[in-house]
Amino acid sequence: MADTALPLEAGAKVNRPSLLKRIILHNLPAKIAALPMMVTVLVVFVGCTLWTIYYSFTNSKLLPTGKFVGIEQYERLFATSRWNVSVTNLITYGVLSLIFTLVVGFILAVLIDQKIRFESAFRTIMLYPFALSFIVTGLVWQWIMNPTLGLQGTMRNLGWENFTFDWIANPRMVLYALLIAGLWQGTGFCMVLMLAGLRGVDEEIWKAARIDGIPTWRTYVSIVVPMMRGVMVTAVVIIGSGIVRLYDLVVALTNGGPGISSEVPAKYVYNYMFSGGNIGQGLAAATMMLLSVIIILIPWAYLEFGGKGRRT
Amino acid sequence: MQNSVSIRDLSLNFGSVKVLQHLDLDIAQGEFIVLLGPSGCGKSTLLNCIAGLLDVSDGQIFIGGKNVTWLEPKDRGIGMVFQSYALYPQMTVERNLSFGLRVAGMKKDEVERRVARAAEILQIEPLLDRKPANLSGGQRQRVAIGRALVRDVDVFLFDEPLSNLDAKLRSDLRVEIKRLHHRLKNTMIYVTHDQIEALTLADRIAVMKNGVIQQLSDPHTIYNKPVNLYVAGFIGSPQMNMFEGTLEGTTFTTADGTVVSVDTYDFAAPSNGPIQAVLGVRPEHIALGEAAAAMPFSIDAEIEIVEPMGSDTLAWTKIGNKAVTFRCDSDVVIETGQMVRIGFDPARGSIFSAETTNRL
Repeated sequence: MADTALPLEAGAKVNRPSLLKRIILHNLPAKIAALPMMVTVLVVFVGCTLWTIYYSFTNSKLLPTGKFVGIEQYERLFATSRWNVSVTNLITYGVLSLIFTLVVGFILAVLIDQKIRFESAFRTIMLYPFALSFIVTGLVWQWIMNPTLGLQGTMRNLGWENFTFDWIANPRMVLYALLIAGLWQGTGFCMVLMLAGLRGVDEEIWKAARIDGIPTWRTYVSIVVPMMRGVMVTAVVIIGSGIVRLYDLVVALTNGGPGISSEVPAKYVYNYMFSGGNIGQGLAAATMMLLSVIIILIPWAYLEFGGKGRRT
Repeated sequence: MQNSVSIRDLSLNFGSVKVLQHLDLDIAQGEFIVLLGPSGCGKSTLLNCIAGLLDVSDGQIFIGGKNVTWLEPKDRGIGMVFQSYALYPQMTVERNLSFGLRVAGMKKDEVERRVARAAEILQIEPLLDRKPANLSGGQRQRVAIGRALVRDVDVFLFDEPLSNLDAKLRSDLRVEIKRLHHRLKNTMIYVTHDQIEALTLADRIAVMKNGVIQQLSDPHTIYNKPVNLYVAGFIGSPQMNMFEGTLEGTTFTTADGTVVSVDTYDFAAPSNGPIQAVLGVRPEHIALGEAAAAMPFSIDAEIEIVEPMGSDTLAWTKIGNKAVTFRCDSDVVIETGQMVRIGFDPARGSIFSAETTNRL
């Protein structure tokens, strides 16, 4: 792209008067076709984001009509233990979920890639949870992990009187119960992505590594994984966006409980905006979520797309 | 001389498909062997078996006198170069060359010494810090050869190494591989479907078809005395002219009645009764004009098409009803429609039995 941009620019300098005309008229049908999407982006994404940020500085209650109060909402936000617990929970869940989804997904993909029989059957089974909504996933796991009805109750009825699996009712373990359900749902998709990446590696690379005497695990770590960089980035973006918006799984599985021990930021936002009747507070929380995403994304985007047209 | 690579009664089946059948091959120390054949003839499969990348169904492989049939590729004392180069894309050239050695736990100064030597031999020293994506095809293939070189092994395996390069680079690198062989004097086994590569590089060529070696011989013999119709037809461009007919004693009669006396032909085993046979004559063995008249067989023919190729000229004509090509000097002036005298000496041709397709 950088190579073609240069002569174009030079040409534009010569025909300076017609520059504006050219920007508008060049490939006009394509611009008309893209117009609805551009409007959507400007109004819905950018517009609503700005709207959100503005009203997070007001004391709006049920309707967004309040007057400007500065950072009062934010002060209140960080004084709320429910919000602080939510943030801690999201960080813990996010880090563990990202690591385990990637690692387990990759290992499953490697296992499926060993030219096994019934590959498509396994792939379907692994991918199946992804086809279920988080609400269904949450409900199913709620039943499984319910101390009296689920696994624990069944095992005790079978005679293991001391069998205990009550994470869902244990404030210190409930986050890991969430994690299990989340991994169950997400690893299959990650596996399919990784499998596509593994299949893209030339078979002769494997042969060359065998001739070189490089152990299989080392070939994966040092040669194959670096070659799968594009797939990895895709997987991280998809998993990451799933983590930030984590909401429905919590609602279906624990509803934030026991107590507030499994609250997450998205749920906080929703509760304050739609059931708590405190739009200003909800929007302040939403703005904080946006800010944290931006703080993570900007250095990454700079590394990925910045520099001097690094494209290798 | 001790054999560098010996293959004994090797068979390989994929399920019920027999890819290689009872194959024997002995390769001397320092020899350059080319496995030649069309795609699907089993030549790459055979190379992968020697490398240890495929498990054989039956038979044994010896490298340097050691039975390596069930050894891992890295323990066989081989280096291999692939068609797609198979360089590790995220590593620099230097890392590509040294990675295998480092993983094997070799001392750092020894690794450096070997990489430096390989880089010097292949003249890739300026490229050592680059990534494969920033190299041209020819440079990549040199690095791939270098990766085999640093392993300091006796046997080099090449799996169609030049097939991804353009024609000019291919001929350059061909010469370089030959130079490399002269310098290193390693045993080299080279798979290709390109007969020019085979004829120019090989000490001996193994022509393969359907998992069986048809003929194993030096390029001159392969070209001039092919053992059967398949080898005769596969080697040589344009193809050998083939006349079908009957052979009785030393008289060959083509299907449309032209009689050729083949007294001068050196039969392996004299035949008696009339048998169906095929007489093959290479285009460059057909003489024109006065030279033709001096040949044991000559005939008048009309030129149909002339193809000047620069170094020589290819002409199409007919003997009886059979289309015939012949090659002549590019200075000879011939035109379409012209009547010329053409002739050949059957001693330089080949006669095959139509029934067994073997050379008579």
